[in-house]
Amino acid sequence: MTDTDWPLWEVFVRSRRGLSHTHAGSLHAPDAELALRNARDLYTRRGEGVSIWVVPSAAITASSPDEKDPFFEPAADKPYRHPTFYEIPEGVKHL
Amino acid sequence: MATAAAHRTAGAPAYGAPHADPDGDARQRAFDAAVAADERVEPRDWMPDAYRATLVRQIAQHAHSEIIGMQPEANWITRAPSLRRKAILMAKVQDEAGHGLYLYSAAETLGVSRDELLDKLHSGRQKYSSIFNYPTLTWADVGAIGWLVDGAAITNQVPLCRCSYGPYARAMVRVCKEESFHQRQGYELLLALSRGTSEQHAMAQDAVDRWWWPSLMMFGPPDDASQHSAQSMAWKIKRHSNDELRQRFVDICVPQAESLGLTLPDPDLKWNEEHGRHDFGAIDWTEFWDVLKGNGPCNEQRLTQRRRAHDEGAWVREAAAAHAAKHAAKHTGKHTGPTGVEQA
Repeated sequence: MTDTDWPLWEVFVRSRRGLSHTHAGSLHAPDAELALRNARDLYTRRGEGVSIWVVPSAAITASSPDEKDPFFEPAADKPYRHPTFYEIPEGVKHL
Repeated sequence: MATAAAHRTAGAPAYGAPHADPDGDARQRAFDAAVAADERVEPRDWMPDAYRATLVRQIAQHAHSEIIGMQPEANWITRAPSLRRKAILMAKVQDEAGHGLYLYSAAETLGVSRDELLDKLHSGRQKYSSIFNYPTLTWADVGAIGWLVDGAAITNQVPLCRCSYGPYARAMVRVCKEESFHQRQGYELLLALSRGTSEQHAMAQDAVDRWWWPSLMMFGPPDDASQHSAQSMAWKIKRHSNDELRQRFVDICVPQAESLGLTLPDPDLKWNEEHGRHDFGAIDWTEFWDVLKGNGPCNEQRLTQRRRAHDEGAWVREAAAAHAAKHAAKHTGKHTGPTGVEQA
């Protein structure tokens, strides 16, 4: 029996109420319960969190590695989705 | 599409294979351009094999140093002079374990397994910082380690927060935040001794005398003898040369030593007005290489204790795995996710 049998978990920590959970790092643990306990000891020793999620790394589906790849291209050529695309006469307020 | 885990277990074959590849040059150019533009390299990006190997070597050595570094200080936990000091020291040693775990996680994103790294540490195929092969002879050594050893580590690690490899840089940000407490508790400890009885003052001075030179060696060999430095700088893994960081550390320590009322054991240490820095004496590199080769006062002891701790912890790992297997069997088919998980 070695540690390799322990799956990898990704740890997400909510630093305080009102904020979303943010990826903090990863760790190995045999099950979800111990992953949570280990995550508490590893990532919140100084009160960095009020809530923790642990997710098996194998359960995460990711887009391809290159951030510039065609997967994201449809968003690049639509500047009209941004408010700065539109010209508004000076002096018009609350717009 | 690929699962996030794939890049950890199969990162090298999937993305770093050196096979003949018509896109190889284009990938190299993209990598070079990203590094030149100060962008971060992330686990699933293509990267040169040598870059990956350098990072694995450096991050593993760094992780090993953190967990071996628990030993010299843990040596004093049961003999701490007060409950306050004992609680502080336990928190610090626990932090070092945490730092090791952040770093092993970062190394794993490069396609190596944790067991493989531990095996290499236990069999002596991967190194840890030679500083931890010196003994902690008195309580004052706990202070000297915090002030000087952690101080040198911080000087080394702050620029690593901007290292070109994302997971390593992020681990360093966490580590640096926590190291600051380590250094300050050590300084405060030494200050208390320095201002105490003459015996206590002498004990503090003796510790500083013994830890000063090994701390300067922590920055690694001089620039002209450092085999990996130039390439690591080009890749922006390192941001400053060994000698540059060593100089920075000396300049920081001199006034701190004065405030402590302690001296640094170097007759050649003096302010150089012309260059705006301190000149200091020659480092005994023979000692450095000797300790690195395994002939330091505690090399054998540190590795033996590490192997023993790992072996003696085997039953805990087995029990946890057995519990997980039993629990999984009992709850097959039942939803086991954490409750209260809303849409993020």
